[in-house]
Amino acid sequence: MSDAVLTEVGQVRERAAARWDVQRRRTWVLFLVPAVIVYTVFMAFPLFNSMRLSLYQGKGLTPETYVGFANYTELFTNPLWRDRFFNALRNTVVFFAIHMLVQNTLGLLFASLLSNVHLRGRNIYRAVIFLPATLSVLVTGFLWTLILNPRWGMLNQLLEGVGLGALARPWLGDANLALPVISLVSSWQWVGLPTMMFLAGLLTISDELLEAARVDGASAWQVFWRIKLPLLKPVIGIVSVLTFVGNFNAFDVIFAMAGARGEPGYSTDLMATFFYRTAIAGEHPVAQPNMGLGAAIATIMFLILLAGVSLWLILGRERDEKTGT
Amino acid sequence: MSRRFQPSMAAAHGVLILWALVVLLPVWTMLINSVKPKREIFRNPFGLPSEFTLDGYINAWTDGKFDLYFRNSLIVAVVSLVLILLIGSLAAYALASWRSRVSNFLYIYFIAGLMIPIRLGTINLFQIIQALGLSDNLAGLILIYTAMGMPIATFVLTSFIRSVPVELTEAARIDGASEFRIYRTVILPLIRPALATVTIFNVIPIWNDLWFPLIFIRNQEARTVTLGVTLLFGQYQTDWTRALSALSMAAVPVLAAYLLMSGQFIKGLTAGALKG
Repeated sequence: MSDAVLTEVGQVRERAAARWDVQRRRTWVLFLVPAVIVYTVFMAFPLFNSMRLSLYQGKGLTPETYVGFANYTELFTNPLWRDRFFNALRNTVVFFAIHMLVQNTLGLLFASLLSNVHLRGRNIYRAVIFLPATLSVLVTGFLWTLILNPRWGMLNQLLEGVGLGALARPWLGDANLALPVISLVSSWQWVGLPTMMFLAGLLTISDELLEAARVDGASAWQVFWRIKLPLLKPVIGIVSVLTFVGNFNAFDVIFAMAGARGEPGYSTDLMATFFYRTAIAGEHPVAQPNMGLGAAIATIMFLILLAGVSLWLILGRERDEKTGT
Repeated sequence: MSRRFQPSMAAAHGVLILWALVVLLPVWTMLINSVKPKREIFRNPFGLPSEFTLDGYINAWTDGKFDLYFRNSLIVAVVSLVLILLIGSLAAYALASWRSRVSNFLYIYFIAGLMIPIRLGTINLFQIIQALGLSDNLAGLILIYTAMGMPIATFVLTSFIRSVPVELTEAARIDGASEFRIYRTVILPLIRPALATVTIFNVIPIWNDLWFPLIFIRNQEARTVTLGVTLLFGQYQTDWTRALSALSMAAVPVLAAYLLMSGQFIKGLTAGALKG
């Protein structure tokens, strides 16, 4: 065959390939269309448009009058809103701190125990630890309000039964106790998630490494602090950020155990319950939903989440650069 | 390792058994007290019932329309999941095969939703749902949950499809198979484990969601189980047999499904956690 014919064949092939590429790309675009539409219309667009609405005011469903930053000024200068806002923010920080301290530490403890492959029944333990996370927060929240009921609740009965009756308390009626108690109930429910993630992380640590440390005479405690914990840093990061995101928009557990107003006396009010009352249910004593103000609260929550997630991403990148991975 | 008694192993069992009690005792009190008469709950809160009754269940069933609530929750969960898996896997296949600036941008656009709760867009969603005439309508919930599932679906499925050997898809392409055919006959069968992971990550939040039904559903005919339990529990505050029956009714199907499949369940969840 002459060179000319060969080039011609090559050109035909290329053209066919190019036509194929165009066709394939067209199909891929078609494949993407439904996902992009649903995700944009019902998630991305409402998120950003809600932020825009924080600059508007108006009666009823749609805030229509542009008011600039008046909603934010109202939120931070009117004592009614300001006090409730900072109260909710402080409570949410406490709620998050207790989850980090109790839920995630217990998760790490359980994962360390379960990572021992010689432990009998580890699959059963694992299934039990995760079980509450499959239940509706509403169901567990309601159930615990009955258990913690001061007059008839099983917890106080149990305490009296074992001679610790002096400890019996109105667990959810005491403004100082209610938030920690609800945080513990929530930790009880969700501890399975950090457990699973830490366990997955621990199981990727190579046996040779741990064996080598033991041969060198390291105690189990030293192996945990010097080898396992540093290697778990990325998992600790993701667990923390997921806890942060989950806690900063937690609603159901407060709604079930303390009502939408975070009883007693707003002592358990979180950002999401505050947002719900302001925007949807109508805040006391205004009793009228205020969409513009609600949008401002949602925007602030969004910025807080963004700050937390960005911090995590930056810290993660720095660590990656240091270790060169 | 030797088979002799190890103090550390005994301590591990001790801690885990203690926690298992802390988990199981509340669940046990819920189930066992739901079949006791009111008075006996307070006299004997932890033991087996001396007098067995199903009154709580019968009352909860007739006061609420639980058959309807279950049907609604089931429709919402199943349709949302099918849509998430179908739409999500189509998009993920395109994102995995198409290497360009547009597809990279779209990938990040989807993934960004992993960390941002959709609840923060509620105000505008409220207006959109009203404008589309979807308030008080299960379709409104389904569309929101489908959107909510997109980030995790595209994230897990795209990374899974990228790990499929290129030779498989290329061979099919050379044989002249269309992209849709490759997706259906080559990709879908291979990504079943990833589809299971996506299902697990989505089914529990959807089934248990309270926020959107609480805001969008006013009509009794469109209530989901969580919303129904909320309203019933308010009425039953003082009648614990009924209150616990309502809670048990919402919990038992989930518990049963979990106990039947906890093996696969945990495997899927761990796979997802490792990928992330």
